[in-house]
Amino acid sequence: MAERSFAEEVKKLRLGAGEQFTGEGILAITKALLENSVGYVGGYQGAPISHLMDVLADAEDILSDLGVRFEANASEAAATAMLAASVHYPIRGAVTYKGPVGVNVASDALANLASSGVTGGALIIVGEDYGEGSSIMQERSHAFAMKSQVWLLDPRPNLPSIVKAVGQGFALSEATNTPVMLMVRIRSCHVTGSFTAADNRPPPLTVRDALSNPRSDYSRVVLPPMSYVQEQDKIRNRWPKAQAHIATHGLNERFGPADGRIGIVLQGGMYNGVIRALQRLGLADIYGDTQVPLYVMNVTYPVVNTEFLDFAKGKDALLVVEEGQPDFIEQALGAILYKEGAGPVLHGKDMLPIAGEYTGQVMLDGVEAFIRKAAPEMLPAQVRAPNSAAPALPDLAKTVPIRPPGFCTGCPERPIFAALKLVEQQSGKHQIAADIGCHLFASLPPFEIGGATMGYGLGPASNGAFDGGGERRPIAIIGDGGFWHNGLSTSFGNAVYNKSDGVIVVVDNHYSAATGGQDVMSSRAQNRSKSTGHPIAEAVKGIGVTWVRQVDRTYDVPKLRAVLNDALTTSHEGPKVIVASSECMLNRQRRERPLAAKAIAEGRRVEKPRFGVDEDICTGDHACIRLSGCPSLSLKRTGDPLRDDPVAHIDQSCVGCGNCGEVADAAVLCPSFYRADVVHNPGPWERAMARLRTAIISRLQARRDGRRAAQAGLA
Amino acid sequence: MAREKITLQGASPDPALSGILKLAVMAVGGQGGGVLTGWIEDCARAAGYAVQATSVAGVAQRTGATIYYIEMAPAGPRTPVFSLMPAAGDVDILIAAELMEAGRAILRGFVTPDRTTLIASTHRALAVSEKTVPGDGIAKAEEVLAAAEIAARRLIAFDMDRIAVEEGTVISASLFGALAASGTLPFPRAAFEAAIRATGRGAEASLRAFARAHEAATEPPAAAPEPPALPPAKTPALPPPLADRLASLPEPARDLATAGLHAVLDFQDPAYGRDYLDRLAAIAARDSAAQGFAFTREAAKYLARAMAYDDVIRVADLKTRAARFARIRAEMTPPDGAALWMTDFLHPRAEELVSLLPARLGARLEGSPRAMRLIDRLFNHGHRLRTDRLWPFLQLYLLAGLRRWRRGMLRHRREMAHLEDWLAEALAEIDRDYPLAVELVKTRRLIKGYADTYARGLSKFDRVRTGARLVAGRPDAADWTRRLREAALQDEHGRALDGALATIRSFASDSV
Repeated sequence: MAERSFAEEVKKLRLGAGEQFTGEGILAITKALLENSVGYVGGYQGAPISHLMDVLADAEDILSDLGVRFEANASEAAATAMLAASVHYPIRGAVTYKGPVGVNVASDALANLASSGVTGGALIIVGEDYGEGSSIMQERSHAFAMKSQVWLLDPRPNLPSIVKAVGQGFALSEATNTPVMLMVRIRSCHVTGSFTAADNRPPPLTVRDALSNPRSDYSRVVLPPMSYVQEQDKIRNRWPKAQAHIATHGLNERFGPADGRIGIVLQGGMYNGVIRALQRLGLADIYGDTQVPLYVMNVTYPVVNTEFLDFAKGKDALLVVEEGQPDFIEQALGAILYKEGAGPVLHGKDMLPIAGEYTGQVMLDGVEAFIRKAAPEMLPAQVRAPNSAAPALPDLAKTVPIRPPGFCTGCPERPIFAALKLVEQQSGKHQIAADIGCHLFASLPPFEIGGATMGYGLGPASNGAFDGGGERRPIAIIGDGGFWHNGLSTSFGNAVYNKSDGVIVVVDNHYSAATGGQDVMSSRAQNRSKSTGHPIAEAVKGIGVTWVRQVDRTYDVPKLRAVLNDALTTSHEGPKVIVASSECMLNRQRRERPLAAKAIAEGRRVEKPRFGVDEDICTGDHACIRLSGCPSLSLKRTGDPLRDDPVAHIDQSCVGCGNCGEVADAAVLCPSFYRADVVHNPGPWERAMARLRTAIISRLQARRDGRRAAQAGLA
Repeated sequence: MAREKITLQGASPDPALSGILKLAVMAVGGQGGGVLTGWIEDCARAAGYAVQATSVAGVAQRTGATIYYIEMAPAGPRTPVFSLMPAAGDVDILIAAELMEAGRAILRGFVTPDRTTLIASTHRALAVSEKTVPGDGIAKAEEVLAAAEIAARRLIAFDMDRIAVEEGTVISASLFGALAASGTLPFPRAAFEAAIRATGRGAEASLRAFARAHEAATEPPAAAPEPPALPPAKTPALPPPLADRLASLPEPARDLATAGLHAVLDFQDPAYGRDYLDRLAAIAARDSAAQGFAFTREAAKYLARAMAYDDVIRVADLKTRAARFARIRAEMTPPDGAALWMTDFLHPRAEELVSLLPARLGARLEGSPRAMRLIDRLFNHGHRLRTDRLWPFLQLYLLAGLRRWRRGMLRHRREMAHLEDWLAEALAEIDRDYPLAVELVKTRRLIKGYADTYARGLSKFDRVRTGARLVAGRPDAADWTRRLREAALQDEHGRALDGALATIRSFASDSV
């Protein structure tokens, strides 16, 4: 079960022709797929398109009504490989994953798919994770389109444009026998808006039908000599066909006056940003009516030379707005102009930054710089010579702390890293490799565990050079998501075969948690349409790991520490694997909270634990926080004039996971933590005993308080 | 995060642009920013506005800083082109769901005097970097508030989190209330409330928080941020002899001496309180009015801390008091009829147990590794005591009762020897280098905690003293000692302290 449920929203997928759809980008994309006779869908979750996978999963009933197959693929490579169904069969298929990391993983399948070519439309919806809010290295998916000759759509970021692009993408794919990537940026995935719906259309040929009439054609197989023929086909036939199709069907758009001395060439995804910059410069109104001619490339690969040259004709200067690096489009346009022999001056990355997101201010500065240079007379007087100086603001750069993402309150991964930190305090720093997933937050303070990440499922593999062992064993961390994505063969198979002496900790929180809590093979939850409940420990034993320890409650820090020490010191040969399992707290709370509330309301007995700190016992050293970092474990000032430092404090968001008590115990920290369990609806016996205890204890307390008071009076 | 250049322009040059209202929400992941955004959107759409919202989902939302952005304009035949992200100098309403996020918004130029209404909750959700410092690493809220006063065209700031917590809901509801009260959106209050009601589950609590925040935001003038609630000062009446002696201390030291006296009385007994006052009076006699009795003032504070040290007896005493039971009950708010269990986590080591023995016996045992190993084997593991139960309570209660023999115990001898040593060294400087003497007294701040933490504190204290000896006699000795202490509080292992010490050694050896 994913973190966010779209059970309500997916009802919008049933809207018919003429009805108004209002909602988020990802939902609109799904609706567009159904309106365009898609036959099968799949993908792999990851921001910013995780929710697209969640929507598809929640829409399974609607999909199966239409005869559409939904596959939650094991990885992006698996998703892209699935598009093989469109190679021989005239069935439209769509998969989704994040870019460019997902495209990296998919690139083997993508290259094969592109070489084979497709019969049915094949659409890859890439959520480009670039700029603010991104969680990965900053690169572009654009390069993959170029190297594999796959067409790349980058529609304007509004719902009608994105929806239209889905249909255009399928048509372009079929017209040119080429897979098409549809790129949506982080914010476009979640942008809200409206469009007029059309009826859903079932696929003319379903994948079930196809199985009844299997097809094959060896000319599609990527083997010599067919592969040489396929290369020539891509370049001689599909490419020019694509350019013609794009031009004929008007996939790219022009805005603004037909003539003008200057113009801006932009990726479709940059349109709203460019318009806003022009608005702020007084050169466009809020509806996008612009005084500067725009050539909007909703298809960013391939470039349609004739169309671009037509736009450039008669202009003195052009600005290319292309986010990210390298500047593939600018280079291409420059080459076209150069080969043409004359034309306008081409600006781009000289006015705008080469790297980084084109935020509002960046765009404004870049567009203004361009116009100031190329056509200063267009700027209103106030912009040309602003008369108001900016007021001085106090610099808060040193005051405001950075706030990177981290483990949630009660996260079961926290105690694993507390145990590791305690082990390192005892036996020194170790070589530790990390993977991709929530556990990577451990590389940040307060844990600072894990020095590198090399990709999903590749954590243990990235310790390969150290597999031979040494004075201290190398440690690798991998999550359950990474384990099933790529880890089992690439990391664990690698370790077994190479007789690795390393220790591998599998952080198993029962979900692909970082991407939004989707189920994985080892999830313990029942999933209606997928097969879960395959233990990771069994899987690694199955491929030949003989030292495996399963820890089923990660909050048991002393036990984890003992198991880690054991793994680091045992004389056992081969990889030492610890599977540390506890359910992701976000998911657990979402499941349990309503149940507990219901039980309390019905008068059933429920224990609710929460932790606290005795503020007069806490001395304000914050050692506990350095082993936790839990959002609910914070600081507060006591108001006691004798004390300088704020003391630890646990707020009401505590879920009582137990980590604080375990860590205080294991690290021999301090006695200031306590756990308070509120027992709702206790039984009569329990109530009577509590009353009796309270009575006796109160007497004892009163006696001592009385003495203390009497003594003070005597002084 | 890339910092954008802050440029402030006058109001937008194109009047056509003023039709778009721009609203950004800066929040910490998990604060319900998505819900708030949804409400605002629903509200606008119901009122006939074209509206667009964007957010950044994914890993960024796991307790990290995150941003939501909304643009709206009256709906017409054509759809406006909205931007997908806020731009510096171009935001009309900035909602900050936490004070430092307001600071971040100002830093990024999203709050400008020409246009921005800043609606900020003044509560703090501390960042990890603020919490892990062994000393006081909490960012300065007043700096952000001062900047907000300058940067915002209008500022609405109060603790909206507290309202939400008190009403059993999330801050999004009280932020929404403050937004409605600000009058910056052209919708009536009922429209806001309708948006909340439409969400169904939990709407009642949200509406209560909404109403309270609405009221708080309309109260003129914008309420100054409240400091964290201070407990009322513990001032049980002192018996006349002690009160008189307190009154005879120099005035500047009197308030701290009062607090100190209460602390040592609470720790031990009246005789101990007299001992405290004796020591303080002796110190004051050496101090000078010309220096404002700064030394006595600091000594009043740290002497009390040193005398009321953190031993097992004190812990057991505090854990078994009626006041503590009441406080936990107040904090956990069990409903009527519910029971409350309390579990305490104790992990005594041989060192702590032996320190409870009579000084000579204790010292002898400590000298025997075999005996210590045996004691560790018997006791050194985590104990979980259900303090609300009779037997565990009695264990702690009896342990606390050992107080009357405390003066003969090994730990007490140690603490007193350390105290004498520390005070003597500081007093030795009082005539030669007064500021240094004051700094030496303050060094005592480094000693705190239990077990390893206590040992680490002692080690840092010793290192600072070593450094202070190296610079003693120099004109900047006090300054260096202060710097050493501050460095010692910066990180757990004292790396900054070691760096500062290395610097001192480099120039100290030059001058020798």
